Amino acid sequence: MGDFSPTLTQRQAQERTARRVVFVLSALPLVLIIYITAALFTRFWPLLEQYSLWDLLIGTQWYPMQGKFGFLPFITGTLWVTAVGVFLAVPPCLLTAFYLSEYARPLTRVLLKPVLDVLAALPSVIYGVWGVLAVVPFVGNQLRPVFSQYLGWIPLFSSHQPTGYSILAGGIVLAVMIAPFLIAVTYEVLMTAPQDWRLGSLGLGATRWQTIRYVLFRQSLPGILAGVVLGTSRALGETMAVLMVVGNVPQMPRSIFDAAYPLPALIANNYGEMMSVPLYDAALLGAAVLLLVIVLAFNVASTLVLQRVLARR
Amino acid sequence: MSNPHIQVCNLNAWYGSQPALKNINLAIPRQQITVIMGPSGCGKTTLLKTFNRFFELTEGARLEGQVLVDGENIYDRAIDETEVRKRIGLLAQRPTVLPMSIYENVAYGMYIHRMKKNAREYKDAVRHYLELAGLWDEVGKRLHDPATALSIGQQQRLCLARGLAVEPEIILGDEPTSALDPISSQHIEKKLLELKDRYTTVIVTHTLRQAKRLADYVVFMYMGEVVEAGPASQVFNHPQQERTQQYLAGMF
Repeated sequence: MGDFSPTLTQRQAQERTARRVVFVLSALPLVLIIYITAALFTRFWPLLEQYSLWDLLIGTQWYPMQGKFGFLPFITGTLWVTAVGVFLAVPPCLLTAFYLSEYARPLTRVLLKPVLDVLAALPSVIYGVWGVLAVVPFVGNQLRPVFSQYLGWIPLFSSHQPTGYSILAGGIVLAVMIAPFLIAVTYEVLMTAPQDWRLGSLGLGATRWQTIRYVLFRQSLPGILAGVVLGTSRALGETMAVLMVVGNVPQMPRSIFDAAYPLPALIANNYGEMMSVPLYDAALLGAAVLLLVIVLAFNVASTLVLQRVLARR
Repeated sequence: MSNPHIQVCNLNAWYGSQPALKNINLAIPRQQITVIMGPSGCGKTTLLKTFNRFFELTEGARLEGQVLVDGENIYDRAIDETEVRKRIGLLAQRPTVLPMSIYENVAYGMYIHRMKKNAREYKDAVRHYLELAGLWDEVGKRLHDPATALSIGQQQRLCLARGLAVEPEIILGDEPTSALDPISSQHIEKKLLELKDRYTTVIVTHTLRQAKRLADYVVFMYMGEVVEAGPASQVFNHPQQERTQQYLAGMF
């Protein structure tokens, strides 16, 4: 035994070091989140000493020069653009995923999947440029007149400004951006469904669509929801592409044809400029804190919902 | 054979470039149990899958020839494969229960074909078919439990009940007892024998003893071809072909 002990100790020391290194590395993300939150909050603090948090949250006036910092237009803008994007993206994405997994021939799959992957990899500024050149004119010149003529009596579709720089334009760009993602997740979820389910259902004379509707969709719902949550998180934080098409007017939006000013756009557009304005820096970092809180709250809430959905079966 | 239920004419099938069935000509008698037997890889499951149009679900599967059910070619362009599968039920090698409750598993097929008018009728029918499959006594009090909670033998009887519920004329069984314990296998065999007056039954098996217990009519396949087919007593007692004799003697 004596001969073995030196190597053994060496190995144990190595093991201890390895364990410590991997632990520190794994803990790093958590430390970073805490550190970022703390740092943002510290810089936000001066604003909170002057105004109550509630007043900032429900304030609709944004005039930094006059010391008016109301965040509500930005919070609303973020939520509206995200909601429109997700609403537009989910139905066609689910259908596409169903097509790919249930109907498409392998050759179609092999050809389509890389296209989707490329779409997911495009830099967001490219989506922004496409949005400015194609989506904004389409919304402004085509959709807006039609909607205001026929559905203008519905406040959600009324028109208050002549351009296409709007929540709808931002939503469309976002929908296209999160689509590859939603399709990929749903597709993967469907591919994990046992072949027996399909054979059991088809064997009774069900059509493919009935099999999707009554068996696969129901069973894949938690996975699909998880995909939608990830897509929504991404949409909440998407900055560049949205910023380029959404108009960036700090106002309370009333219609999807109104311009809006989401939180990420506010920060990206203004940080580093006019920093001599008192409390401006604190207000922008406050916007960052709010964005962080919204994304975290959304993720926590959706995790809880997902757990309840799973627990019910 | 007069008035066969299924008739196979010049059927050839391939998986990719690999031939699976070679020029099959066969008649399957009405309201009897036909057993297709043969060594593994001889094409018996493939042949069975051509009867309910499951063959085409395999990638690269290709087929020529005809399968006539009551004189009608089920591969005719005008034929709806879902209608074929409703008329011809399949009991798979392993039970393929759907991820739903016991009740829903039986009601599902009736529901997608809109076969009943109201909840009462569905309830009665579910009970009827569970009784027919000999499962009611075991599950009648827990119809809303997930079907996956049942033992594998019970699951297979649930699949039988579910298949019967869409009122098929023909029941196919692809080695339907091979995944089951001996007692559960007996249950299934007993049910198939009880039901054979009402349905045409075609069973694939690789166990000779099961073939002898069940068969009224026997098809022996080897290397994608039908070597011999005839009434059970004839094939088992006086096989005409040398390869059938060898198989029955346990030589392969």
